[in-house]
Amino acid sequence: MSLKISTGLLTMLAVLLINIGGAVTPAHAGVQAISGAGATFPYPVYAKWAAVYAKKTGIKMNYQSIGSGGGIKQIKAKTVDFGASDAPLTAADLDKSGLIQFPMIMGGVVPVVHLPGIASGQLKMTGKLLADIYLGKIKRWNDRRLKAENPGVSLPSKAITVVHRADGSGTTWIYTNYLSKVSPDWKRKVGNAKAVSWPVGIGGKGNEGVASYVTRIKGAIGYVEYAYALQNHMTHVKLGNRAGKFLDPDSASFQAAAANADWHHAKGFYMVLTNQPGAKSWPITGASFILVYKKQSHPARGREVLKFFDWAYHNGQKMAAKLDYVPMPASVVKLVEQTWRKSVKTPQGTPVWTH
Amino acid sequence: MSEQFITSIPSVSPRNHNHVTWFDSLFAGAAWFAAATVLIVIGAILFVLIQGALPALYKFGPGFISSAHWNPVTENFGARVPIYGTLITSMLAMLIAMPVSFGIALFITELCPRWLKRPIGIAVELLAAIPSIIYGMWGLFVFAPLFADHAQPWITEHFGTLPIVGVLFTGPPLGIGLFTASLILAIMVIPFISAIMRDVFEATPRVLKESAYGLGSTTWEVVRHVVLPYTKIGVIGGVMVGLGRALGETMAVTFVIGNAHKLSNSLFMPGNTISSTLANEFTEAVNPIYTSSLISLGLILFLISFIVLAVARALLLRLQANEGLST
Repeated sequence: MSLKISTGLLTMLAVLLINIGGAVTPAHAGVQAISGAGATFPYPVYAKWAAVYAKKTGIKMNYQSIGSGGGIKQIKAKTVDFGASDAPLTAADLDKSGLIQFPMIMGGVVPVVHLPGIASGQLKMTGKLLADIYLGKIKRWNDRRLKAENPGVSLPSKAITVVHRADGSGTTWIYTNYLSKVSPDWKRKVGNAKAVSWPVGIGGKGNEGVASYVTRIKGAIGYVEYAYALQNHMTHVKLGNRAGKFLDPDSASFQAAAANADWHHAKGFYMVLTNQPGAKSWPITGASFILVYKKQSHPARGREVLKFFDWAYHNGQKMAAKLDYVPMPASVVKLVEQTWRKSVKTPQGTPVWTH
Repeated sequence: MSEQFITSIPSVSPRNHNHVTWFDSLFAGAAWFAAATVLIVIGAILFVLIQGALPALYKFGPGFISSAHWNPVTENFGARVPIYGTLITSMLAMLIAMPVSFGIALFITELCPRWLKRPIGIAVELLAAIPSIIYGMWGLFVFAPLFADHAQPWITEHFGTLPIVGVLFTGPPLGIGLFTASLILAIMVIPFISAIMRDVFEATPRVLKESAYGLGSTTWEVVRHVVLPYTKIGVIGGVMVGLGRALGETMAVTFVIGNAHKLSNSLFMPGNTISSTLANEFTEAVNPIYTSSLISLGLILFLISFIVLAVARALLLRLQANEGLST
């Protein structure tokens, strides 16, 4: 991850530096740079895309990973050309602020544990058990319900230390959304948000905070983005999905969850990919969204933003996969670009996106 | 008299003198402005804090301070947990840091061989120069695992069963929590307190100390009856500088306190402080009442720091008044 972040940072730095140069050129010289802000989770891949895109077209994309909430605030304040959020806005909320959203990239949230002697994928877990652990109802690893799901695995008589995010985050939103779907108790007592009132446990700041607590504390359980689990060689659990199958997290199971989702009928692309049907669907999958205004007051800039994401949809899959992200399926991309054509307009009412 | 003296300096010709008064008033104005900036900035901060905090204070009332709820989903917020965490970690840190700093300062000024004075002094100053995040990382990656594996189980076993105070030492051995945060804070403030204590100890006139030694006092008696009474104002000032730093420290604490909005009797359990709550949650607080509650926390921290400073001032004034009585 640190490599990801440091290359990302370098890119950002470069983008920023060149931006300063771009800012002094007169406006009629055309759009030199576009800017966005928001979710931290897709930052490494956006930064990578921005670097490659700048080399190809000379147009800089400056993305500040200030968090989904910050991204929503910034786009509503119109200080950036696009916002980015890990949690989708509802259709009503979008209409109210005159925004549209579209999914850009996907990833999965992975429950990770630290139990000496237990290897990755050895421990089976269901959503209900996960919810009860996070509710503080299951307190020890040798709980009879955990043992019933894992015959043949020797579970220690150790206290379970729950680790959650201390900061508000899209990852938490996706995770608590899943727990709310599988556990009525969780839904009633805690609920679904970017930050919740955790019944038990300790909070780590960021994915790296949770990862470091889990790797440090024996008997800990936490949840992190897939890339973190992979790169830090953390012990993940096999999670039971809606079809009752126990899966390991990987890009195939994330993509299965997205493919089984009904994007055509999702109003304003409000689509949550948790607990999707399908035998191969990873149950805690999420998409990261981009927000742009329907009515573009600077159509030229708006066009460049859409051009960038169009390029990323069609040329960025390999780079995304290399960074352990899951690109959107082609059918969804087609749907997104239809929406652009239909909804993103100049002040005069002509479409901004005509490709 | 003094005016006469100044005008009589021969090198200042009338022309030059004009220039000097002009420059003087400019300089005075600049100094005034610099001093006023402090007041303006403080006033502006207070104004913005109060303005931002009003919606939350209006909604929750005085209950905001006593409520232990912190629920972003139902938008029910209370400051008790972070206030408790801030006060406990700071006080525990001072409890650890004060005797250690006193020892360091005493050793350097009274007992240390000459050749060792500078190395120790420089080492203490270097400690103060280390960024707080380094202390946090050290706490999380080095201290917490050692503490959890070796010290904490032993402490819990031997002290956890004591009546009344035993509950302070219970809980699973996580290695992070209020106690670890306090210890890291103590290490961070030690250089500040000991540097100030050393400086004021060294300011004690030699004659006084040597007369006491001459009367046959031990080192301890000299320190207790000569150095400390002579320097108590400086010592208290040093302690207050340390306390001020401990109250507001953010990153190091965020690393090791566990960031949980839970009130817990045990020092080994995770908690939260005001500044770490702010650092963690500000970026994603979208709802107005959530943001306002966080700003209210900032306001409370501001007030706590203000009260600490005011109490320190009052203490110093009383000490000075007492001195006036005794002499």
